[in-house]
Amino acid sequence: MTTITEAPALAPGGTARKLSYVKAFNEGLAQAMREDENVFVAGEDVAGYGGVFRMFDNLLDEFGPRRMIDTPISEAALVGLGVGAAARGLRPVVDLMFMDFIGVCLDQIVNQAAKMKYMFGGSVSVPLTITTASGAGLGAAAQHSQSLEAWLAHVPGLKVVMPCDAYTAKGLTVSAIRDDNPVVVMLNKVLLGSTSEVPEQIYGIPLGQAHTARHGSDVTVIALGRMVGEALAAADELAAEGVEVEVIDPRTVQPLDTETMFASVRRTNRVLVVHEAVTFGGLGAEIAAQIQDAAFDHLDAPVLRIGAPFSPVPFSPVLEKAYVPDRVRIAQGCRKLLERA
Amino acid sequence: MAQRASKKSADPAANHTSAQVVRDLHERMVRIRLFETEAGKLMEAGKLPGFLHLYVGQEAVAAGVMAALRDDDQITSTHRGHGHAVAKGVSFKHMYAELYGRVTGACLGRGGSMHINDVSLGMLGANGIVGAGIPIAVGAAFAAQYRGEDNIAVTFFGDGATNIGAFHEAANMAAILHLPVLFICENNGYAEFTPQSKHMLITDVADRAASYGMPSVIVDGMDALAVHEAGVEAVARARAGEGPMFIEAKTYRYYDHQGVKGLRHPYRSDEEVAEWKARDAIDLLEARALADGTATRAELDDTWQRTRDEIAEAIAYAEAGPLPDTADLLLNVYSG
Repeated sequence: MTTITEAPALAPGGTARKLSYVKAFNEGLAQAMREDENVFVAGEDVAGYGGVFRMFDNLLDEFGPRRMIDTPISEAALVGLGVGAAARGLRPVVDLMFMDFIGVCLDQIVNQAAKMKYMFGGSVSVPLTITTASGAGLGAAAQHSQSLEAWLAHVPGLKVVMPCDAYTAKGLTVSAIRDDNPVVVMLNKVLLGSTSEVPEQIYGIPLGQAHTARHGSDVTVIALGRMVGEALAAADELAAEGVEVEVIDPRTVQPLDTETMFASVRRTNRVLVVHEAVTFGGLGAEIAAQIQDAAFDHLDAPVLRIGAPFSPVPFSPVLEKAYVPDRVRIAQGCRKLLERA
Repeated sequence: MAQRASKKSADPAANHTSAQVVRDLHERMVRIRLFETEAGKLMEAGKLPGFLHLYVGQEAVAAGVMAALRDDDQITSTHRGHGHAVAKGVSFKHMYAELYGRVTGACLGRGGSMHINDVSLGMLGANGIVGAGIPIAVGAAFAAQYRGEDNIAVTFFGDGATNIGAFHEAANMAAILHLPVLFICENNGYAEFTPQSKHMLITDVADRAASYGMPSVIVDGMDALAVHEAGVEAVARARAGEGPMFIEAKTYRYYDHQGVKGLRHPYRSDEEVAEWKARDAIDLLEARALADGTATRAELDDTWQRTRDEIAEAIAYAEAGPLPDTADLLLNVYSG
């Protein structure tokens, strides 16, 4: 297997091919399946239908029903199938469609997949990839819109990635499949149709390495998943006001690359963490605590968090829009941080 | 004993004579019985940390099924998993060392009684979560089918586990995908301390298999030969690509749900325990072997003695083993 630890740089001047987020995911998965015969996909409506979000389009045609498996709606058995197959050397990709459904198979994720290697004294690996769609914004209401990364990132043994665009969707998916640990790939529903430059070759983006999406000297914004785009938009707005925002995309929330964050905070002395998930008990709290632990003397203001209010995701578009953090709130947060002497 | 041709001559069930089968079953059961009773004594003596769920009484099930398997067949077990591990061939030394929490244990002291495994013997783990091993066995069977290999998977679980969703999902999944996996229900009549009559309205758990289009059979779980015969047929069927099968073995545990003491706990009567003990699986097999001349008393006694010696050696090994180094606390959380 070719191991690419460095993701290829994009062509200068933005001349590389553009692809949608969902097609980039699909291309990465197909390339990983061509690369390794042990990779198969199982899930509800992934084969014949191609996935409710078109994530698995055309894969049945190329790989056939042996490697593209439509399963009953049985998430616990589905993840368990992946755990058992992975323990026997296959590299399953199991799809949970909407992230909200992990509640019905959390035992297999948390108590089985995450703990097997440790409890087996290291004698087995679980190279399982779980794909799922997270996030609000489609009017899908409280049972189809959640961002539950904090639940999963809290569990030793799991890895969790949150691609913010098409380029990272492909690279993180390939890395998740190549990784010997259970990895949850949280695709964002609102981003599915968004496009960005995506190299045609297969490439992996190293797990556990943050990306500085924009360099700046005045304030650091650490943004998860879809919030990266909102943070970059807020940074553009603030640049017009003479404020230089640094935007950091962790890409992987477990393991979390805190060193890149600490280094940024030491330069900017102000930090805002933004995620789509509920603020209470969210990863913003963890990141803020770690920054205060490692770089307290470099802070000119307390770490600020922006996330969702402590409520289920509402249905009505006007409420949903008010619920999810956006560029306006991020820009306001940055200004608030800069007001402190 | 009805048998089908096996693809591999190494199949232990393929060319056993009936005398060999009896000796094999006897030895596996004696090994479980002695491993367990000694573990119970160690627990009572305060030497073992954690919990201990003893398998004594149910030996015929593990022995009967495991004697029909090859080393490369996979099993998943339960929180009451010592019997399965012993019958699959996991070493006494590694098992006792694990009970002691030593780094020389089967899980390097990270798993304990409820999590003993040995991947090299197809022992894909016992499990602290009731029913959770069932979908994992289905996954192991999937891997065999995916690769075109003829090893199979077997999942052991109790009557109580068939009330959780994962059992039903996994049974349906196995049937739909036509996987080479056996569902072995060890019905010992109690989900922890709750009798079967209070946790399901059916008498035979095997009835549940029908709703997934899965054939099933009910066997006397105190009769090792009966279990073995059912196991051999089911294994041959699964190996030949004929899909999953469900075996319900009616059996009984002599000790409590957890630990050694407390046989007088009011959830079951002394008479009930005595009734089952009167049909003890090892006694039954020995009586039959002596009656039909398959084995002599001296041969049977020799098995007991050899096993006792081996256990004494294994316990000494466990007690002498080093404890894990706390500097290695994070070992094996992740691969790579």
